[in-house]
Amino acid sequence: MQYEIHNGLVLIFAATIIMIASGLPACFFDRRFVWTQRLTTALMLIGSVLGWWGLVVASFGTPASSIVWDWHLPAGHFSIGLDALGAVFLIPVFTIPVLGSFYGLSYWRQSEHPENGRGLGLFYGLLAGGMALVVLSRDSVLFLIAWELMAMAAFFLAGAEDEKAEVRRAGWTYLVATHAGTICLLALFALLRQVSGGFALSTVVDGSLTTGIAATLFVLTIIGFGFKAGLMPLHVWLPGAHANAPSHVSAVMSGVMLKMGIYGILRVLTLLPVTELWNGEVVLGLGAITGILGIVFAIAQNDIKRLMAYSSIENIGIITMGIGLALIGRALHRADFVLLGLGGALLHVWNHSLFKSLIFLNSGAIMHAVHTRDMNRMGGLAKSMPVTAGLFLFGAVAICGLPPLNGFASEWLIYLGLFHSVGAGSSTVWPVGVAAVALAVIGALALACFVKIYCVVFLGTPRHPVHGQPHDPSRLMRYPMMLLAGGCVVLGILPQLGFPLLQNAVEQWMDPVAPAIPQLASAAPFQWISSMAMVFIVLVVGGFVLLRRKIVRQAPALVGTWGCGYGLATPRIQYTATSFGEMLVSLFRWVLFPRFRRPAISSVFPAKSEFSTEVPDPVLERVILPAFRQAGRNMMKLRLLQQGRIQIYLLYVLAVLVFLLGWGKLGF
Amino acid sequence: MINLLVHFVLMLAMPPLLLGVINKTKALFAGRKGLPLLQNYYDLIKLARKDVVISQTTTWIFVAAPVISLTGIVMAGLLVPLGPFQSPISFTGDLILFAYLLAVGRFFTTAAALDTGSPFEGMGAAREVTFACLSEPVLFFALLVLAKMSGTLILGDLLHAPLTVGIQGAAASLVLVAIGMFIVLLAENSRIPVDDPNTHLELTMIHEAMVLDHSGPLLGLILYGASVKLFVLSAVLLHILFPFQSGYALLDWSLFMVEMLGVAVAIGVVESIMARLQMRHVPYLLIAAILFCAFGFVLLVR
Repeated sequence: MQYEIHNGLVLIFAATIIMIASGLPACFFDRRFVWTQRLTTALMLIGSVLGWWGLVVASFGTPASSIVWDWHLPAGHFSIGLDALGAVFLIPVFTIPVLGSFYGLSYWRQSEHPENGRGLGLFYGLLAGGMALVVLSRDSVLFLIAWELMAMAAFFLAGAEDEKAEVRRAGWTYLVATHAGTICLLALFALLRQVSGGFALSTVVDGSLTTGIAATLFVLTIIGFGFKAGLMPLHVWLPGAHANAPSHVSAVMSGVMLKMGIYGILRVLTLLPVTELWNGEVVLGLGAITGILGIVFAIAQNDIKRLMAYSSIENIGIITMGIGLALIGRALHRADFVLLGLGGALLHVWNHSLFKSLIFLNSGAIMHAVHTRDMNRMGGLAKSMPVTAGLFLFGAVAICGLPPLNGFASEWLIYLGLFHSVGAGSSTVWPVGVAAVALAVIGALALACFVKIYCVVFLGTPRHPVHGQPHDPSRLMRYPMMLLAGGCVVLGILPQLGFPLLQNAVEQWMDPVAPAIPQLASAAPFQWISSMAMVFIVLVVGGFVLLRRKIVRQAPALVGTWGCGYGLATPRIQYTATSFGEMLVSLFRWVLFPRFRRPAISSVFPAKSEFSTEVPDPVLERVILPAFRQAGRNMMKLRLLQQGRIQIYLLYVLAVLVFLLGWGKLGF
Repeated sequence: MINLLVHFVLMLAMPPLLLGVINKTKALFAGRKGLPLLQNYYDLIKLARKDVVISQTTTWIFVAAPVISLTGIVMAGLLVPLGPFQSPISFTGDLILFAYLLAVGRFFTTAAALDTGSPFEGMGAAREVTFACLSEPVLFFALLVLAKMSGTLILGDLLHAPLTVGIQGAAASLVLVAIGMFIVLLAENSRIPVDDPNTHLELTMIHEAMVLDHSGPLLGLILYGASVKLFVLSAVLLHILFPFQSGYALLDWSLFMVEMLGVAVAIGVVESIMARLQMRHVPYLLIAAILFCAFGFVLLVR
């Protein structure tokens, strides 16, 4: 038995255990006892602090460390380890859930939700700890156990309000999608076991694979983890699950859990031999399609949380483009592609976890104020919720990739990498440059999307009367958002802070035989971006203060908005979320398939009528659901097997087992 | 050092003159006398001294947006070299920063428009962000062509590529890119055939509809920012159209100014002889521009 103790890893492992168990003590108390939630949050905090402590300790120790124990399962070992790639993904795991947990103290009070408060805390801890364990696992059996722990916890979290039919439907879609992914992962790890001879997730498969097997491994990786990450067209579960979960859960699911799919892709790719060029091109293309379609679908939404969920798909697309570029670099032995592509992708993992959690937490505050997710019924909230509006603006500007906030830093790295490929000279690489145009389109569409959401929700005048006076949320909800917004600013101006870790992660991911990797700091002159960002902020703040002073001194006449001579303007004449996105929706109607319900005017004096439009997910509505319905019809005969008695199902299991054993004996 | 100073002075002082030249050209075509050449300077001074009227609907975004937008445009202008001279600030990858600084301005201008709660301004904002989605790829294809020619990612060196590398073998690409960039220049600066800067109160406007509620210094900042944007994008276009250098600083600067005025005249001519497109046809024009630049890229790398 190997038994090598490394302080950092032990701390992180302890943190993982504490997080997994954080919701357990609360279950022994009465459901009306309010201290249970505080206890759960305190345990999450302890876990996160321990985890961060471990990361800091580990970064000063040896980079690779591991713990291996035997266990009583027939396969694999209990084997965990920590390296730079894992550390990159552990940082959001130890940051976002704990902030969400504090937010939940006010957002999802035990006293207001006695029926599911404790359960939510339990599964929240399981999700956070499960994700940490996914990253730590170095054995495919343990990995799958952790993966299922995470996936099932997320199922119960997304279904927290299971008294609503919509929530249950979203939950089932998620359950089917996540298990479709897991099936691919089972096949992947079985095949990996076949070619590498073990379950350990550290043996690099040597280059003796046939192209067929290598391609199968690659495709299984992309599909299996793509379900979790939300790559198009495997994203079908994502909008529903994110929209219907409580907001702090959506923040963790979108900010952290999707990244586990990205982590899985990156981890398995470290095990495979040098990839071929087409692998990278496929991933790059998938990323570009996911990014563009994700944000186009987002623009078409009027449900604030569905919109944010689609925007997560877009960001996953950007990250995937970075990975695709890195793969192309690995195939062509171009260290600069790998560095900029993977460096940008990993930085975007952090950035997205910051700004997407921020705006999901924000959406919770908005929903508390206006009791709806429909943006067409909101408006003018900046007046009554100035802090929320200001914090949302940070998230919106960052997510559009605009300087001086953090979204720009990571997109800039990926852009640099893509532009490098054009100057590379090799005739096989130049199509990669076109991906830079795709990224530019994504950026412009994201801008349209987040101008829409910010302005429709916060600016203008309220489109619909609200029960009670909307107000900023309590401090418990504000402070986590402020910390996240602060993170967006810091990583926007000084992304260099993360460079040492990113550099290590990229070097570890890169093929060992590849040429030496340049330093990230020299490949991307961030000191210029930092100084430009600071000059920009100083100029803007200075100019604003001067202008403001002039205006205040003048005491401007307060009047209504100029209605071009029309005096009876009502809030209803404002542009709505639907009308703002209408032009883009009609530009992309060939992929969105928007549904209109137009009034039919039949008489000379038409009666009062209604118009409505909606854009359901085209993949789910037009492909998956019809296919499932058809399959359901065709498989009616198989219902004979479905007896509804557990004993009979156990019999099936036994029969299959005997069959397989017999098959094995015969030696096929 | 002197060149740096000239860059600043020209970039900050010359833009309103370009608008004056455009107006004069249009007046000539129409057989009118037209506004004085310097009218835009007078307007800006007048606006700066006026008081502000602010709608009660608005928030601080409404006041901040003109400042942010102008700052973004001016900082983007510092990355673009004028004529054969070096740009004040240049570093690897500044070409992306250039595009995104302009985008920051767009974010806040459209936000300020929606801040008023006016349907006209909402309409203008929706069109602005939609058409930007189509003009952004044009710009990036153009940058790709120049990056391929020059093998660098520094905006200054990249734009100088037709000058330093020469146009041999890339002439066809450059012509296509120049056409595409000219269309983007018209679209981004709200010129005919995409938008008409002279009418305000129509349902068909883009940029002018967005600034209906701005007044006094706020409007001044917006108009000035728009003219600087015209100047900067024209300077980018000139690198592709006229890659010439005499070697004498004084001559080069005068040549550059004459070229800039030439672009202004060209815009004036286009505005005079063309009608504004129907709003639903604008995307086709921009998609044509994308295709021009994409062809240019494919021709170069084939």
